[in-house]
Amino acid sequence: MTTVATAAETDTAILRCERLSKSFGTLEVLKGIDLTVAPGERIAIIGGSGSGKSTLLRCLNFMEKPTSGRVILDGARVGRVRPGRDGREQVSYPERDLMAVRRRVGMVFQQFNLFPHMTALGNVMEGLVSVLGRPRAEARERATAELGRVGLAEKLDTYPARLSGGQQQRVAIARALAMDPEVLLFDEPTSSLDPELVGEVLRTILALAEEGRTMLLVTHELGFAYRFATRVIYLFDGVIHEEGTAEQIFRNPQRDKTRAFIARSSEFSL
Amino acid sequence: MGYQFDVSLVWRTLPVLWRGVVVSVELWAACLVVGLALGLLVALARLSPLRPLRVLGRAFVEFFRNIPALIQLIWFFYAFPILIGAQMTPFTAAVLGISLNTAAFSAEIYRAGIQSIERGQWEGARAIGMSRATSLRRVILPQVFRRMLPAFTNRAVEVGKVTSLASVLSVQELMYQGRILSSTFYRPLEIFTTVGLVYLVMIYPLTWTSGLLERRMARTT
Amino acid sequence: MQSYQWDFGAVLAHWPMFLQGLGGTVAISALAILLGILGGGLVATARLSRWRLLRGLGRVYTEFYRNTPGILHFFWVYYALPVVADIRLGPLEAAVIALATQSSAFYAEVFRGGIQSIRPGQWEGAVALGMSRRRALVRVILPQAARRMTAPFVERSFEIIKTSSLASTLAYGELVYQGMQVASITYRPLETYTVLALIYFALLFVLSSLAKLAEDRLREA
Repeated sequence: MTTVATAAETDTAILRCERLSKSFGTLEVLKGIDLTVAPGERIAIIGGSGSGKSTLLRCLNFMEKPTSGRVILDGARVGRVRPGRDGREQVSYPERDLMAVRRRVGMVFQQFNLFPHMTALGNVMEGLVSVLGRPRAEARERATAELGRVGLAEKLDTYPARLSGGQQQRVAIARALAMDPEVLLFDEPTSSLDPELVGEVLRTILALAEEGRTMLLVTHELGFAYRFATRVIYLFDGVIHEEGTAEQIFRNPQRDKTRAFIARSSEFSL
Repeated sequence: MGYQFDVSLVWRTLPVLWRGVVVSVELWAACLVVGLALGLLVALARLSPLRPLRVLGRAFVEFFRNIPALIQLIWFFYAFPILIGAQMTPFTAAVLGISLNTAAFSAEIYRAGIQSIERGQWEGARAIGMSRATSLRRVILPQVFRRMLPAFTNRAVEVGKVTSLASVLSVQELMYQGRILSSTFYRPLEIFTTVGLVYLVMIYPLTWTSGLLERRMARTT
Repeated sequence: MQSYQWDFGAVLAHWPMFLQGLGGTVAISALAILLGILGGGLVATARLSRWRLLRGLGRVYTEFYRNTPGILHFFWVYYALPVVADIRLGPLEAAVIALATQSSAFYAEVFRGGIQSIRPGQWEGAVALGMSRRRALVRVILPQAARRMTAPFVERSFEIIKTSSLASTLAYGELVYQGMQVASITYRPLETYTVLALIYFALLFVLSSLAKLAEDRLREA
């Protein structure tokens, strides 16, 4: 991996992105995002549908490759840079490098994406064994502990199909935690859950917040974002429209669009 | 109709037919193992991001599916040795022909299976740092095998039937033994009826299993 | 490995024999498809009948053909059937009977699958209007089922064309048999069997393109 360490990047940021853009065909979804994440920060990314918030998250662990811009993980730029024909830099993203990034930046999906042919324990052990190469006994011990932490010690041998949505999402969180990620990304973790199951997942995420983990969360649950976040980013049309503390964004938004968005989310009560 | 069906002949020929059954089963197993392994490679070629590989995979499948298996066997026994300048036993030629045929058909099963797995499964695997190869091996293929089990079982039934074509190359499997016995005893009715029943006993359990799997899957999904 | 001197000219010089073989293949395939549709309709009717006995017989018929190899039926019809029925059969008649009886079984499954794929609500809707079962079948069920049957029907018909190559084992002059003759005249099995494979490939490729065209038309209609 090419390491470009400039003065600006020797700061304490664990994850940064600069002028990050992403297009799907002719559709420009992200239009130059600059974001710096310090260790221990909890950032909630909010915005309407189509604002690019999920895409931003997915670019940070390279589930999507950015069209341009750079992502810097712990001081090291992701990707390999060569000078292009026209003098502009050309970046390639070898899968091997991206795999290393994803080991360090965990992700929890809206649809859980658990492996249906493995038990809860199997799901959590899988990355430890087949990615990190840990011995099975050690992986089992670790996975058991992680499942206990999310309150599923009783469900080790249960297959995902027999778990509720909330339980499935907690297994998915345990699966991500087991990899000891430096940053954890949540992509609308409660959006596909029945309302009565949302609470258990949110409580699990809040418990992680108390441990001081670095987390980024895309969510529609503004009330939860308020309690969760040390910083809130309001994304509009592919750019960061406004950012600030939860207090600033929710109680005292400065810009019209932000204000309108907060007001429109009528279910939001602080 | 004054014909007397000679049951004792059936009993007398069973040991010979049994020898044929053994060869048929060997052929069946060899072709399934080679064919299913090769079929996976062909399916991966067809799903490859590289266009030349995709075209090659497609050509392989179309070619082997659109030509009668009999010609594939004849070609590998009579024509292929000329091309490579080396002789080949009938059994080897039969394994080659039937395996490639099986590979073409099973490649389509793998392909349909892989394409039926939700994108989220690939993403879930990638998100914990798995390579494409590891994702395929640990996450995608186990689900494909499960989901496509009835289709694979059906293919196994077809392969079992196709092995009978090896008799044309004088591989001493069940059909061949039947033909020899029939012309030895001049009793085609007894012999070919018995051969048919033996095939039925050999193949039916698998068809039955396939039906059972299909019904069970229809219930769970 | 010394390089082989290809000579397609010597083989292609016998093009009238290939043409004759193609005629034979088309003839028995067409006859078998026509008879198979009729037979398949009957067997499917039996399988969907209200009478248990008829259902059982239909089931035994299809299972028998599904679980025994095609080549066996050619031998049974050619050598054993004349003994049972006390008739004389030429290779052409035997090949057509063997092909038609097995294709009846396969078409029956296509018809049955198509009809059973229609939701029971459609039957209920038709019966609620006061239609008889037969009328409901003709007016409501079959038009819907027909569309779902086309793809498996075409697939089965291709199988019949490929299976017709087995008539060569009865010395009937279809493509494979004619090809064998050419190979033994020219001593050029490599070229001959390659040409043979290509002829089948072209035939089925043309037919499948036509079928795709017809299917698209049907979907638009």
